[in-house]
Amino acid sequence: MTTAPERAIEQRDALGEPSDPYPQGQVGRPVLRYGGGDRTSGAQRFVADLRFPGSLQVALVTVPVGCADVLGIDTTAARAVPGVVDVVTAADLPSPMPRFGVSHTDRPVLADGRVNYHGEPVAAVVAKTLDAAQAAARAVRVDHRELPGVYTLDDALAPGAHRVQEPSLRPGHALADTNVLEEAHYAWGDLEAEEARTEVVVEETYTFPMVTHFPIEPGGTVAVPTDSGGLDVYSPVQHPYLLQRTLASVLGLPLNQVRVFAPDPGGGFGGKQNPKLEPLLAFLALRTRRTCRLVLSLEETFQSMRRAGCRIAARTGFTADGALTFHHVDADFLIGAYADVAPRVMGKGSYVAAGPYRIPGVRIDARAVMTNTTPSTAFRGFGSPQVSWALESQLDAGARRLGLDGLEIRRRNLVAKGEAFVRGESAAAADGEWHQSLEKAAELIGWGTPLPPGRGRGIAVGIKPGATSGLSQSLVRLLADGSAIVYAGTSDMGQGARTLWQQIVADELGAPLDQVSVVSGDTGTVPFDLQTSASRSTVFMGSAVLEACRDVRQRVLALYAESTGVPPEELEERPGVLVTPEGELPLPEAARTALGSLRGEFIGQGTRRLRGKGKHPLGGDAAFYEFNATAIEVEVDRETGELLLTRHVTVSDVGTELNPLQVVSQDEGAAIMGLGHSQMEQLLLDEHGRIRNLGALDYRIPTFKDVPVELVSAAVENHDGPGPYGSKGISEGALLCTAGALGAAVADAAGVVIRDLPLTPERVWAAIQAAEAAQ
Amino acid sequence: MTSTARVPDHLDDDGLQTVTLTVNGSERTVAVPTHRTLLDGLRDEVGLPGTKSCCAEGECGACTVLLDGKSVNSCLVLCVEAEGHQVTTVEGLSDDGLTDLQEEFLNAGAVQCGFCIPGQVVSAEYLLRTNPEPDEVQIREALSGNLCRCAGYQRIVRAVQATAARRSER
Repeated sequence: MTTAPERAIEQRDALGEPSDPYPQGQVGRPVLRYGGGDRTSGAQRFVADLRFPGSLQVALVTVPVGCADVLGIDTTAARAVPGVVDVVTAADLPSPMPRFGVSHTDRPVLADGRVNYHGEPVAAVVAKTLDAAQAAARAVRVDHRELPGVYTLDDALAPGAHRVQEPSLRPGHALADTNVLEEAHYAWGDLEAEEARTEVVVEETYTFPMVTHFPIEPGGTVAVPTDSGGLDVYSPVQHPYLLQRTLASVLGLPLNQVRVFAPDPGGGFGGKQNPKLEPLLAFLALRTRRTCRLVLSLEETFQSMRRAGCRIAARTGFTADGALTFHHVDADFLIGAYADVAPRVMGKGSYVAAGPYRIPGVRIDARAVMTNTTPSTAFRGFGSPQVSWALESQLDAGARRLGLDGLEIRRRNLVAKGEAFVRGESAAAADGEWHQSLEKAAELIGWGTPLPPGRGRGIAVGIKPGATSGLSQSLVRLLADGSAIVYAGTSDMGQGARTLWQQIVADELGAPLDQVSVVSGDTGTVPFDLQTSASRSTVFMGSAVLEACRDVRQRVLALYAESTGVPPEELEERPGVLVTPEGELPLPEAARTALGSLRGEFIGQGTRRLRGKGKHPLGGDAAFYEFNATAIEVEVDRETGELLLTRHVTVSDVGTELNPLQVVSQDEGAAIMGLGHSQMEQLLLDEHGRIRNLGALDYRIPTFKDVPVELVSAAVENHDGPGPYGSKGISEGALLCTAGALGAAVADAAGVVIRDLPLTPERVWAAIQAAEAAQ
Repeated sequence: MTSTARVPDHLDDDGLQTVTLTVNGSERTVAVPTHRTLLDGLRDEVGLPGTKSCCAEGECGACTVLLDGKSVNSCLVLCVEAEGHQVTTVEGLSDDGLTDLQEEFLNAGAVQCGFCIPGQVVSAEYLLRTNPEPDEVQIREALSGNLCRCAGYQRIVRAVQATAARRSER
């Protein structure tokens, strides 16, 4: 039996030792974003900007409730609308209805007799113009009978509740006849014994709202039938290779007949990871033998993606010294009508429900509860922000009872590097000097310094497991003139992955930065990448690109030896150079000599594979952890309940900043997104399961005016990550514990503790009123 | 169109209205249904997809253009209302490379996914033309109608400040 720290080290070694940064190289510099010029000039082409002459336009038909039986669909009037080419219902698709999904194969291409959430399409109109398609979609008559759908956790868990999923979709599953899709259980230590030595017990229930991704690019899909009976599909999908596999599977085509072009997503945040309407577009294109195009409205995007809401009951014990003794969590994740990746969000989020702390007794029971709502999917943080909200609030509640402050109680409980914070069979140990982030955040917020009346401070920490398995493959071509082309399938949705590949190749092959280009977003030319998720790309694809560069250098060395007659053992390749008996040659020059008059090029290949572990509840140990400490100073207006954030500090443990400008952009962006779910965002449903605040008018996200007066992002660098040059993934850290820090700050400023997010002015005002009335 | 319906005089036989407007300095004539927004007209008829569509109800600012020099949400303007007017889109801010403002967006790290950026750049350009030395509060106020979900807000503010400084040195 190996210990958790040993396993963590073993895991890191499996990913390869971090390399040293190339001195005076491009790595580590604030290199400007690859493709940034096109993004500012308007030349960048997103999926809706692509033009397909002669393409048909698609409009979706839905019913105005969240749960209904479809009794009949009359398409006569729709078909009579001039310009309409086809109206497709479930009856026009193969029987049984093809289904797809990443964790369960449960999602139908079109609703098949039953509508399970508001916005689920029951028919699609294909027409020569968008006006005609939309007019015809309104003319489709859907005879339906509303069912008593379940829209809340209590509805879904009530005895005799409507079953969201057909039990036949989970044959033999113990929970098949319930609305609980999956459960996760983690436990270690002896809770009873721990409670016996406990001084203070805090027992509370917390809620975290359903929120939607709200990418500014709503997205869409274009499906183009090919002459050979296959399909080209354009979708701003984060996982083009998953989409390719899904389409091949539902259409019964070999992978090479499905080519996915993935234009850069205009924001993804997890919402654009998994296939949704692409299979429908694929069937429409094959049926009409024409190019079919669907560009979503923002409202349709709201109805296609969201984060799971969550209710967490927590019972937490502390000694008189403030040491955590036990933490008992019951977490119900409110997921949607189809599984998507929600069971994994529940399982992976609840895995860290006891946080980065030293807690001898822990019990975590979590459930993914299906409801007749938009399928919840991956969303930046992947379940961690929900559990962190409860845990961090519990810590502050304990601290207040014990007369400690928020910083001190965390100092006393945070694990040291190498120390286990998850114990038992699936143990995990800290892979960073996490105390440094906590101390830095405290320093930058001025923890302990005097504050004017009405202001308060809070501090919190958050943790999220990175990818637990993965595969990224890359090709690098060093051309005869010393320029280079990288092929890497990572989707660049704003994190700036391509900039990093450019920096790495520039250093490793000695090419000028502007002579390194990157090709991505095409499964027909770019090698396989499992997915762009879990902040994995720097570690996984970055390592693959690094390896491909080494492969190129070895090939240069071998051909140089052959061309010049210098024995290969007298040559050595290093980043950017070939060392010869006469001295160091810049690699491009060595390559030119090696290639000779025939010219040609060198092609290097790199692969980074992390196999999962069958018995591990997450499918494997995380390749790294994202760790963040956030501290917030807030002023509370007692008359209105409004919050003014006077200072917001985020510190992330990043390993090595490969590009400090991109790190700070991602970190600030995550922090503000965290303020969204902490302060203002929540999807509200009516009694028919319809989103009441459907659209930008009524669903508010942070604007320029919501940015804290001072927003400070800092990084801790110890070069201890498994990625190139000691890097880690960094894109999610700053929203993991935003809510906890803000909640603690509000409590400090106004003396009220609120356990339901978001902390809207109404809620804060009501809490202040209630507190004053109680005095 | 049924045989009894009469096409109003200002529309052609397909029910389209001819609109002539000046886009980025060039006169353009398009035939559009009267309900077509300026946003869709610019993207689909004029062929300038740099202006982006998101909320289609005037809340997000992704579709910001200049109409006779003033910033507007082009999703809230009908194409036919632009008859005879001057429209400047993100493509028309410069005819040679990036503007100083666009360069400062890049330098500040303000550009992530990029989808909102054309609208941000047009709004910021309008601000700087009407208030060459805005303070931070004025910048936040002026751009508060432009949403950025990547939340590059603080970097965008810096880009605007840097551009203002550059222009004041000229």
